[in-house]
Amino acid sequence: MSILVIAEHDNVALKPATLNTVTAATQLGEDIAVLVAGHNCGAVAEAAAQVAGVKKVLIADAPHYAHQLAENMAALVVGLASGHTHILAPATAAGKNTLPRVAALLDVAQITDVIKIDSADTFVRPIYAGNVLATVQSKDAVKVMTVRGTAFPAATVTGGSAAIETVAPATDVGVSSFVGQQLTQSDRPELTAARIIVSGGRGMGNGDNFKLLEDVADKLGAAVGASRAAVDAGFVPNDYQVGQTGKVVAPTLYVAVGISGAIQHLAGMKDSKVIVAINKDEEAPIFQVADYGLVADLFAAVPELSKELDKLKAAG
Amino acid sequence: MKILVAVKRVVDYNVKVRAKADGTGVETANVKMSMNPFDEIAVEEAIRLQEAGKAQEIVAISLGVTACQDTIRTALAMGADRGILVETDAELQPLAVAKLLKAAVEKEKPDLVILGKQAIDDDANQTGQMLAALLGWPQGTFASKVELGDGTVNVTREVDGGLETVALKLPALVTADLRLNEPRFVKLPNIMKAKKKPLEVLKPADLGVDIAPRLVTLKVQEPPKRQAGIKVGSVAELVDKLHNEAHVI
Repeated sequence: MSILVIAEHDNVALKPATLNTVTAATQLGEDIAVLVAGHNCGAVAEAAAQVAGVKKVLIADAPHYAHQLAENMAALVVGLASGHTHILAPATAAGKNTLPRVAALLDVAQITDVIKIDSADTFVRPIYAGNVLATVQSKDAVKVMTVRGTAFPAATVTGGSAAIETVAPATDVGVSSFVGQQLTQSDRPELTAARIIVSGGRGMGNGDNFKLLEDVADKLGAAVGASRAAVDAGFVPNDYQVGQTGKVVAPTLYVAVGISGAIQHLAGMKDSKVIVAINKDEEAPIFQVADYGLVADLFAAVPELSKELDKLKAAG
Repeated sequence: MKILVAVKRVVDYNVKVRAKADGTGVETANVKMSMNPFDEIAVEEAIRLQEAGKAQEIVAISLGVTACQDTIRTALAMGADRGILVETDAELQPLAVAKLLKAAVEKEKPDLVILGKQAIDDDANQTGQMLAALLGWPQGTFASKVELGDGTVNVTREVDGGLETVALKLPALVTADLRLNEPRFVKLPNIMKAKKKPLEVLKPADLGVDIAPRLVTLKVQEPPKRQAGIKVGSVAELVDKLHNEAHVI
């Protein structure tokens, strides 16, 4: 078993999802190489080399990897594929963009969103918005898969001492280029890595009311999420969305406020350890999965929650 | 320019699916089927490009059982000009679909191919990327905005931290995210008109493609059920339970 993990990073720091993917890789074998492709990304390679379990870091540094466009990334990964039995990436927007392209070029199937590794060729993944789990076996020579971060613990960021090797960049494919980006600025923890998430739905009424949730989130050190309805209504940016088509999260505590609990939303959060629902409709499906439910008007309950948290803090 | 749109027939998104008792798959007998929601968005985008005078012809293609004709007719009723069905009863996995679509692209020579970003049944999110790879075309996945230029297309993509815009040389492939547009409702006269639009039926063998599945599904089962917990009477009780019982705050 020789496993290649594709690191996700922004040329400055390794993204946490990479650490969960390394853990998945350790369940397959010990010979784990991490590919850091980017531009001026030496610091990321240094960080990857410290990660426990990583044996080798491959660094490909060139301007055309700066934004990890799929066309160039796939060409690079395919060039490195021989000798590897498994190629893994986090099931993030970036991993899902690149890995199917890699698989097609290698003429192998790709396995999306692996949540459990049964053996070197047998994996479990959710289908139908997480309502069903499929166990699939790959007959391909190289297993190409994306890993659901919340299904595997993060590898320790220290303790490793991997050698860093430079790999020659592939030529620029030249069919695509990066124009620009608009990233959402936030001081709160990243949604997929947060220990506590406070999410709002259509019941919030408008974007300004999300301040109520932000206030509670700040007291809990939580991230703020949203249902598709809240995103589509323009209350919050779309990268807040939790669900089948948004982010999949599994925090210790998930607080769903004014969210009915459609199956598409549940697909993104039902593996949370403790789920709290605050909704005025006691028939809302969210109560069927909530550990603690409160039937109440959120506009009264959320400010009260904020006050209770202050009391709790004061009591130590 | 010509646009090819791929559409898939799937179990309707409102249906609560069940795994078969023998673990071989999910119950699809007597279950409502409809067009994959992301594909509706792909069709809508193609029509909008045509309405803006940027595209001349829209070809809708679907692959699978005979009943996929209904899905193609829906696309035709929305506004696509003609349809192609690649008819087969065999299980089609994304790589096989991408290979069949590649053969169709080589036959039809579109300038732009639009797919949904994922089907809501297999949740694979692979076909568009695989097709782009096989064609050697650039890809604009998870698109929330598509701007056609002269020989290029700018695609704004939904990424984890926000939005990203890429410029792709045509011919190119785009996969639609939910926020690309709001698909139109199909009107009855258009359904009648759609019945007269041409629909070509092909077999995988006509396209010379090997569609053998690469992954074997060993078992399909329902995930462990989550039990409903308790209802609390007040916010104070909720905070108390979270602090002293669940120990999460």
